[in-house]
Amino acid sequence: MYTSVLPSGKARPAISTASLPDIIFMLLFFFMMVTVLRDADLKVRVLTPEATQLTQLAEKSLVNYIYIGQPAPQFVGYYGSSPRIQLGDRIASVADIPFFLENHKQSLPEAMRSRITSSLRVDGAVTMGIVQEVKTALRKNGQLKVNYSTRKRNRDL
Amino acid sequence: MAKTKTRDRMNNEINAGSMADIAFLLLIFFLVTTTIAEDKGILVKLPPWSDEEPDITKLKERNVYSVLVNAQNQLLVREEPMRLANLRENAKEFISNPRRMENMSESPKNAIISLKNDRGTNYETYLAVYNELKGAYDELWDELAQKRYGEPYSDDMPYAQRKAIKTEIPMVLSEAEPTSFGEEQ
Repeated sequence: MYTSVLPSGKARPAISTASLPDIIFMLLFFFMMVTVLRDADLKVRVLTPEATQLTQLAEKSLVNYIYIGQPAPQFVGYYGSSPRIQLGDRIASVADIPFFLENHKQSLPEAMRSRITSSLRVDGAVTMGIVQEVKTALRKNGQLKVNYSTRKRNRDL
Repeated sequence: MAKTKTRDRMNNEINAGSMADIAFLLLIFFLVTTTIAEDKGILVKLPPWSDEEPDITKLKERNVYSVLVNAQNQLLVREEPMRLANLRENAKEFISNPRRMENMSESPKNAIISLKNDRGTNYETYLAVYNELKGAYDELWDELAQKRYGEPYSDDMPYAQRKAIKTEIPMVLSEAEPTSFGEEQ
């Protein structure tokens, strides 16, 4: 059939791999677009709850993250097993929040500072006491835009 | 060096065969060091801090929709126990009050939702309750926008339209200082 069209004795040419780099680069750029750099190593265990009324956070640089959860298994020896706060990449206490917020504020131009959002990534099993203390600290420092980080829920209640 | 043959000189391009490998390396590097952006959540505006407790005794009782969540993650809505699944519908009915009931809000403008939890309440439950209350308002805004402008409420709508809807049905959710009866984790 097809082979008979070819002149006899001529080998079939190998598939050209010249465009392979382009395809891989395309994949690379795709992943660079849709992903973000891991900002901090989590020292606490956070599994955010699910919700439906979600808003997408827009600008990454205008967001600071506050994690609350039980310390990860390898840190339980140091920090105990009750929920702790993580700011940046270390375990902190409520008293460290003003400095943390100010630090983040200083890194931004003045015009954008009013748009800063605090993203609270809180484990679903944490009780409200520690969350309330963080909220109070945020309010006292004038950081009123808060985002409770959640996953999308698809099923009914 | 040995003299190159004339035939070889014809194709002295840079060999691009390893380009794919380099790109693969970069790709794998990015796959490992990044996470897919999942920055979604419930956006909340906290009230500014003041040392005085807000006085809610001046409000008419019919306009206040009080939601209490205790340390056992149970709901008490306007002095009645309620299941979480019914909260959204109930709140919507209270805010819009379509049948002009005596014990529900005078108008959406007057409605106030008061949320109070315990220090021992689970964050998951608290957020689920908050989500339902926000959902009630979102649905009411949607319905009003659909009726007036023929499209659901969204951030892409003109600012004036959004503002008109928000003045018609303002979201007033006040959170009281939590009680501390339950055991904290």
